[in-house]
Amino acid sequence: MTTTAALLTDPAVPTAAPGPGRLRRLLRSRRLVTGLTVLVLFALAAIIGPFLVGDPNAVSADLNQGPSAAHWLGTTQLGQDVLAQLVVSARGTLFIGVAAALVATVVSIVIGIGGGFLGGLADEALSLLSNVFLVIPGLPLVIVVSAYAKGGGMPATVLIIALTSWAASARVLRAQTLSLRSRDYVLAARVYGESRWRIVLVEILPNELAIIISQFIFAVVFAILTQAGLAFLGLENPLDLTWGNMLYFAQNAEALSSGYWWWFVPPGVCIAAVGAALSLVNFGLDELLNPRLRVYHEPKQKKGRLQQKARLQKKGAEA
Amino acid sequence: MRYLLRKLGFYAIAAWLAVTLNFALPRLIPGDPVEIILSRMQQQGPVPAGEHDAVAKMLGLGHGNILAQYWDYLTSVAQLHFGLSISYFPTPVTTVLRSCVLWTLLLVGLATLISVVLGIALGTLAGWKRGTWLDNLVPVTTFLTAIPYFWLALLLLYLLTQVTQVFPQSGGYSPDTFIGWNGAFIGSAFSHALLPAITIVLSSVGGWLLGMRNMMVSTLSEDYVAAAEAKGLRARTVMIGYAARNAVLPSVAGFAISLGFIVSGSLVMEIVFSYPGMGFTLLSAVGNNDYPLMQAVFLVITMAVLAANFIVDMLYGFVDPRTRQAR
Repeated sequence: MTTTAALLTDPAVPTAAPGPGRLRRLLRSRRLVTGLTVLVLFALAAIIGPFLVGDPNAVSADLNQGPSAAHWLGTTQLGQDVLAQLVVSARGTLFIGVAAALVATVVSIVIGIGGGFLGGLADEALSLLSNVFLVIPGLPLVIVVSAYAKGGGMPATVLIIALTSWAASARVLRAQTLSLRSRDYVLAARVYGESRWRIVLVEILPNELAIIISQFIFAVVFAILTQAGLAFLGLENPLDLTWGNMLYFAQNAEALSSGYWWWFVPPGVCIAAVGAALSLVNFGLDELLNPRLRVYHEPKQKKGRLQQKARLQKKGAEA
Repeated sequence: MRYLLRKLGFYAIAAWLAVTLNFALPRLIPGDPVEIILSRMQQQGPVPAGEHDAVAKMLGLGHGNILAQYWDYLTSVAQLHFGLSISYFPTPVTTVLRSCVLWTLLLVGLATLISVVLGIALGTLAGWKRGTWLDNLVPVTTFLTAIPYFWLALLLLYLLTQVTQVFPQSGGYSPDTFIGWNGAFIGSAFSHALLPAITIVLSSVGGWLLGMRNMMVSTLSEDYVAAAEAKGLRARTVMIGYAARNAVLPSVAGFAISLGFIVSGSLVMEIVFSYPGMGFTLLSAVGNNDYPLMQAVFLVITMAVLAANFIVDMLYGFVDPRTRQAR
């Protein structure tokens, strides 16, 4: 679903010019700040958290205990500490999400911008390829592929998820490249005799950065959700500690119907929180860069004064 | 006409690629898959003569070089000869498929329709009244779409069937009814479909709502909307007849693309609710190493999605004449 939403948003995003006024507006966007705060918290948990909690696989005699002072989030069927598992799983889950999204984004950049820039037969072939990947249903393909290539570990998971998630953004990037290709400054660069690589890397790529970042964020959400789904279906290496695998084990132990909610609820809440935070960041950026979506709350006069102030500051900096 | 031919050609290529992918995948299994399958069949009963060849052909591992194997595979797919299922031995795969395809089609079809209509209606309103409390729908639905679907479904299943018994337990119908066109069975099937449908709608409505809202906001700043308002047309006429009518176009186009995601979501739904549809069959085939059934389910799902996409594309060309000439 997230990919659909990404497709539906207007791709014509003006590029951002950095400046003091922009930073202030960045911090005033409540969505952006909320999303970033949550993300930073989870990133910190993933980076330093594992050093602060005990061994997530350590088995103890406290089986299926509810939350207490010793175990803040209770214990699992084998007496493992749920909080320790949750914190260590954050690392695995975020790694898979970011890695898969990186691979998918790179592939979509190469195919989308490459096709759009080259045009002709190469474009026809590449856009055919991305359209085919777009219409072939992803999850059945992923299920069948992982059934054949069982137990490949994290790199396999990353590649499989990336394989099914690059097509939509490749299509958006191609459309944008097509429109950029005939802009005056690109034509000027061509007439000037700049190499193709330079035109793509210096003239076109930076102007699509806003779209690429937004597509990347959606890809992370998609990857985390797909990974959780795959793990839940039992198609992932059960030794990797991820939120999805935690849910898989909780479900297999019938945690929910036995009333052990502290085992089942937290991993799902974490996934939802990370996903929602990423989406909020995306909407915040989108509103910032696409003025047509913005809703003005502040009175006009105040805004005018702020702009004036920003202009004065700029003048001061130049002088 | 050119548009139709172009689209037809594209879907022919997509279908061919999917079929070829299905041909290539069994080559990734370590060992000889034909022998693995036959030995499993033998454990369950006598294997008919010629089954070895049929299995080998269907997996694309028949005699001769790779091209001959490929040709054998294509002909057996064209004749719908998918071989015998291993987990339901000795039922042919086609029979297994026939019994599960209708469940998925009805439930997922209806739930999707409800979700799309609801999402577009709410999105229209949220876009029209932007800056009011309706804008709060955006973060709420964002959170809803970020929740792993199976997690939400399991939680609801637990809360609504165990804690409070509002809905019947999982499955497609209660076991004490007979399958057929009688009132008891249809009623039971309907009440069993209700909760799965609600979970599908809950987790997918957000995407439609958001897309529609953003398009509404963009469309509302167009001149023709201002002109309609200046003419003094009623607010509802402007909202539906002028703004929503044009804002809905990307959602229609997005519908085609999202079909694949919808099918994927429904696979997980069927696992959670033990619903006797395609996804449940696919997963149990994967669990039992039932390669013939697995391949057949994958092909049927893919072909169904391609066909649905084709229909939506045709409709879109009809709804928005610009796409017919573009490119």
